Amino acid sequence: MKKLIIAGQEFDSRLFLGTGKFHSNTTMEEAILASGCEMVTVAMKRIELDDKEDDMLKHIIHPHIRLLPNTSGVRTAEEAVFAAQMAREAFGTNWLKLEIHPDPRYLLPDSTETLKATEELVKLGFVVLPYCQADPTLCKRLEEAGAATVMPLAAPIGTNKGLQTRDFLRIIIEQSSVPVVVDAGIGAPSHAAEAMEMGADACLVNTAIAVARNPVEMATAFKEAVIAGRRAYEAGLGIVGQNLIASASSPLTSFLD
Amino acid sequence: MKLKVNSKETEAKDGCTIAELASQLALPERGVAIAVNNKMIPRTEWNERILQPNDSLVVIKAACGG
Repeated sequence: MKKLIIAGQEFDSRLFLGTGKFHSNTTMEEAILASGCEMVTVAMKRIELDDKEDDMLKHIIHPHIRLLPNTSGVRTAEEAVFAAQMAREAFGTNWLKLEIHPDPRYLLPDSTETLKATEELVKLGFVVLPYCQADPTLCKRLEEAGAATVMPLAAPIGTNKGLQTRDFLRIIIEQSSVPVVVDAGIGAPSHAAEAMEMGADACLVNTAIAVARNPVEMATAFKEAVIAGRRAYEAGLGIVGQNLIASASSPLTSFLD
Repeated sequence: MKLKVNSKETEAKDGCTIAELASQLALPERGVAIAVNNKMIPRTEWNERILQPNDSLVVIKAACGG
């Protein structure tokens, strides 16, 4: 398989993991390691002064894993720039998953603010991976603004509904000059495999793994699905027939006569 | 003097630096960032930056998220 390259950085794995919703940090770490992923997202929150909770970072810092801080919780480009500066300081990386979703009900990204923030953050030296609508025009605009990838949604965050935006994802993949990472809504390994077969460069998965009965096994299943989908894409899928007429894959010469 | 840390009133000694406050609050060694009056202050400046009465600080740390 070809390596994935983002902003000059090579990745063997085309699966990124989110770290939310796991029932324990230990399980999260086991799932991350089982997935073979090399990039995991991390959020930020305000410290509570009497806070004694487990340090989640110790579970995700491994030599082969790059941290991808997100800006979850911000509602505007201005807030995103502030969050990005805090993230760069806290995690020592200028890579950023930009996400601006002001509406807590549907968590859909605000395209106007996302584009504006991408332009500003690129100027400030960030490697910006924007979570965005599956809008081909927007994705080209983000690319022109200097985004390192585009991360269009398959379905709303955490819904497990799969590739609801399938046709638009196809257009985005066809047009994009930067890697396309399908993010949000991927609920089963088959969804991830389909995205990869379509030519997506990577998938970001969180809820589907974190809430599985066995997150570690599910992480392995996603690892295998992403590899299978990518291998199939690189091998070249056969053409889908346009009607119901069969095409024999065995010789039709009779041998019993 | 009184400061606001994540909107909570906090007492600190007069002339306290950010580094001293971080020590007082037992903040983790890594994965933390601090802003004073909405401006992020790099850790390299924590030793020199003296806090003023009524400064408002935002202190963040890593959290799980997708």
